[in-house]
Amino acid sequence: MNTAPRYMAGRMSGRISGRFSGSWLSRPASDTQVTHRGRLWLYALAALIMIFLVVPTLIVIPMSFSGSQYLEFPPRDWSMRWYDNYLQTSEWMTATWVSIKAAVLTVLVVTPLATMAAYGLYVSQLKAARYVFILLITPMMVPVILIAIGVFFAYTRLRLNNTMLGLVLAHSALALPLCLIVISAGLKSYDMNQERVARSLGASRLRAFMVITLPQIRFSVITGALLAFIVSFDEVIVALFITGSGMSTITRSMFLALRDQIDPTIAAISTILILITTAALVAAQIFGRTAQKKS
Amino acid sequence: MQRIDALPIHIRAVTKTYGAVYALDGVDLEVRSGEFLTLLGPSGSGKTTLLMVLAGFTRPDAGSLKFGDAEVIRMPPHRREVGMVFQNYALFPHLDVAANIGFPLKLRGIDKNDIHARVESALATVQLQGFGDRRIHQLSGGQKQRVALARAIIFEPRILLMDEPLSALDKKLREHMQIELRRLHEQLGMTTVYVTHDQREALTMSDRIAVINHGRLIQLDDPRAIYDHPADPFVANFIGESVLLPVEIIDGKPCYRGRPLQVAAGHARDDKTTPGALLMLRPERLVFMDDARADAAAYNRFDGVVGHAVYQGENFVTYITLDDGHEVAVRSVSRKQSLAAAPPPGSTVTLGLHRDETALIPGHTAAAGNNNNDAETNRGHKP
Ligand SMILES: Nc1ncnc2c1ncn2[C@@H]1O[C@H](COP(=O)(O)OP(=O)(O)OP(=O)(O)O)[C@@H](O)[C@H]1O
Ligand SMILES: [Mg+2]
Repeated sequence: MNTAPRYMAGRMSGRISGRFSGSWLSRPASDTQVTHRGRLWLYALAALIMIFLVVPTLIVIPMSFSGSQYLEFPPRDWSMRWYDNYLQTSEWMTATWVSIKAAVLTVLVVTPLATMAAYGLYVSQLKAARYVFILLITPMMVPVILIAIGVFFAYTRLRLNNTMLGLVLAHSALALPLCLIVISAGLKSYDMNQERVARSLGASRLRAFMVITLPQIRFSVITGALLAFIVSFDEVIVALFITGSGMSTITRSMFLALRDQIDPTIAAISTILILITTAALVAAQIFGRTAQKKS
Repeated sequence: MQRIDALPIHIRAVTKTYGAVYALDGVDLEVRSGEFLTLLGPSGSGKTTLLMVLAGFTRPDAGSLKFGDAEVIRMPPHRREVGMVFQNYALFPHLDVAANIGFPLKLRGIDKNDIHARVESALATVQLQGFGDRRIHQLSGGQKQRVALARAIIFEPRILLMDEPLSALDKKLREHMQIELRRLHEQLGMTTVYVTHDQREALTMSDRIAVINHGRLIQLDDPRAIYDHPADPFVANFIGESVLLPVEIIDGKPCYRGRPLQVAAGHARDDKTTPGALLMLRPERLVFMDDARADAAAYNRFDGVVGHAVYQGENFVTYITLDDGHEVAVRSVSRKQSLAAAPPPGSTVTLGLHRDETALIPGHTAAAGNNNNDAETNRGHKP
């Protein structure tokens, strides 16, 4: 349906190109009568915003290939030495593993919890369900620094500071809201009658969920899991409070390194992080898109 | 597929409330073994709720439910062995047609080859041979309907529940599927509870119809009894068109405007002496009186003035205002003679209702209800 007008517009402009200039500027920009020329200001604004958003992130990439001792832009000579330095320094490697472990464990904790919570809240007929939902997403609304302080003092009592368990639990609390929201959204477009049918056909509730419901909301679940990974992997504030040497995450180590000594290793690591995060986000997008197409 | 051993269903005093709303209000209902019973009622009357109670998805506040001799009110849905078809089919889009239909068998741990054979046989039963490896989104509405049906009957449930299964189909296909559903029921013979709010569908398909309103069972009867002898004004208006006229009892005999009425003998419900009884006039039962009729004496007579007429293709309907102000409709078959003989607007006519077709129904206890119903039926419209 969407393609028909565009197709027609294309054909029309082809046929009467003698009268119109034929340049794309005078063609309609959408199904409205606004031409691309009339939209130029909008394109320019959009481009500016994109540049503003992306360039500060991308600027570290050329800097990471610098041959000099100091962070500089643009670099005067090129090398891979800072990547070597990163891979060769055991502190960096330890921190990287801590981050990866924490992120993976967070995903493993959060995804099943968020799925169960989303399902429970969706099928629940209780009025309180709405308030439970709001309660579960508060970590997203409270400033992270407050959470960090609170967690730090709680962990001092519980002796969980500077432990992997403590780190994973804190990250799980931070990642749960996003994961819950994504999976809840997925469930909204799912027809619960399918699960009812499955149950009437002889499947227990758990079985019906696993065999019928879960496969159909899998894209939202995977998207939620990827987002949980990113939340944990990118997190620095809570890690600053509750982890120390030996349990430092990569982002925390970077933060400290930036404060103490500025060398292009940071840029090299940033580049790698950008790659990983972008890959995860793109994957989440792709899964999200597929989920939408399915429903 | 083979004939199935059917089970009777005993529903006793089932009540379900949502807040202040009585979705079901003390429903007592016996569904006979192997019968095709239709729950008929307006929107919000509790039909789906009752079906969900039968399937086990809704636990009633009170009451008992037995399949055969077994009390099942606490039994979870997956143990009830009840086939179910939803209005929107609820097919599993991530499985193909064969996997959808074979799903109940797979749950029961049946061997792969067996499943394959039985799926083929079920596909044949619903006339979808060769559709096994189609995806769900490649099916038309009618085909989806058949897949849902095949999936609900393949494990040979002794009870089959259907919630408005045809309402998403167009008229032609719906009528075709009505016949197929009936044929399938005759072939397999499971106890079937069917929900619809389409009165014609209910009359066409059912062994018996249970009319429900406001969560209460109003009348349970076979289609002809429901149509000819409605238990109350609600049923008379909900099924078919009717105008209800007040009847007085004079000397123990029912009279309309002082004139005694001849009433069909024999039906228990046509109690001729109940105060507040109503006379039911159905458009197709009324005729224009012609004293040349041999059996003219067998007709009750009503005088009135002809209003407008509506041509409907196979029928034409003439609206007549009776002397007491009630507007009634007369439906005649559109044939050349009857069209030519139709009385012109403004003329006075006498309508006749044969005494064998004259039915009295018990009136509402509340007089306000009566007026309401008359006002509605005077428009003479039905879906
Ligand atoms: N989950 C629920 N929560 C609150 N009220 C409900 C719920 N389910 C049903 N009801 C109410 O119970 C009554 C009966 O509903 P039900 O769905 O059984 O009607 P129905 O006869 O199937 O109507 P329809 O023909 O529109 O499908 C309605 O008043 C409805 O609003
Ligand atoms: Mg319903």
